[in-house]
Amino acid sequence: MSLGLGFDLLLAASLLWSGWRALSTPRLDRALVLFIAFGLLMTLTWARLAAPDIALAEAAIGAGLTGALLLDAFGALQAKRAEAEAKK
Amino acid sequence: MKRPVVIPAALLFAVVLILAMVDLAPPALDLRPLVAANLASSGVAHPVTAVLLNYRAYDTLLEIGVLLLALVAILAVSESVPTTSSTSATSSDLLLPMLGRIAAPVMVVVAVYLLSAGTSAPGGAFQAGAVLAAAAVLLHLTGLLPGWRQPGVSLRWGLAGGFLLFVGVGAILLLVEGDLLRYPPDHAGVLIFLIESGLTLSLGLILAGLFLFLSHDKGDVG
Repeated sequence: MSLGLGFDLLLAASLLWSGWRALSTPRLDRALVLFIAFGLLMTLTWARLAAPDIALAEAAIGAGLTGALLLDAFGALQAKRAEAEAKK
Repeated sequence: MKRPVVIPAALLFAVVLILAMVDLAPPALDLRPLVAANLASSGVAHPVTAVLLNYRAYDTLLEIGVLLLALVAILAVSESVPTTSSTSATSSDLLLPMLGRIAAPVMVVVAVYLLSAGTSAPGGAFQAGAVLAAAAVLLHLTGLLPGWRQPGVSLRWGLAGGFLLFVGVGAILLLVEGDLLRYPPDHAGVLIFLIESGLTLSLGLILAGLFLFLSHDKGDVG
């Protein structure tokens, strides 16, 4: 088994695993981090598929901006929750 | 109770999907030779850029229109958010603003490189715009750039400029060449670079706006 094939198999397995974990984990913060990790793995996958254009877009928009937006939304949710707790 | 039914059903669906993918007929029309054959008259040397901004420029035009529309929708919704303190995260942390100050100029340079590389190598307006937007988001998160409330006149022009430029070039070509976005081969390179520059700026602002208009700081959210 060549090194490239081994890497591809590892990549495919970790893609599936991180995607599954991001959907199934009960904690929102962990799901977000897993989603960003999934995006970065997806970037590597596109690069391995010889599609550097899509890899660039995935890294910048998929993992970067979407991840930052989701983290921001999570922060806002936390703040709202803390506010609600304080009111009680 | 549902689980024994759902899991086999989902697995079966996945198997059927995979079989369908494997069984897919070869595409009826192979476009790759066409793309390669016309690359010389497209004005750019990179096939992806040629497809995005020459052969299928209309799709790209609609794409930027959709993004602009999404931002307008966000602006329409977020108006109801009460304006709180306009200062961003006022942390006593020295390291984070420092990182932002160092990284942002480099990111701008990377964006310009991606834009100029787009004509001959992987890169282009979308990636460059996304890097610009990421720089703005980074500056915002490190507390150097406050969130945006209502866009001023210059920001509005910046947001819509790429789309307007694209439409303008298309309209002029419609009058001169008789077809929407049919570039004259001699000037195709210049026109594409002009459109891409406008798109980069507008995309950067739009994508940053998706973050900065939504992010109304209520102090520093730890």
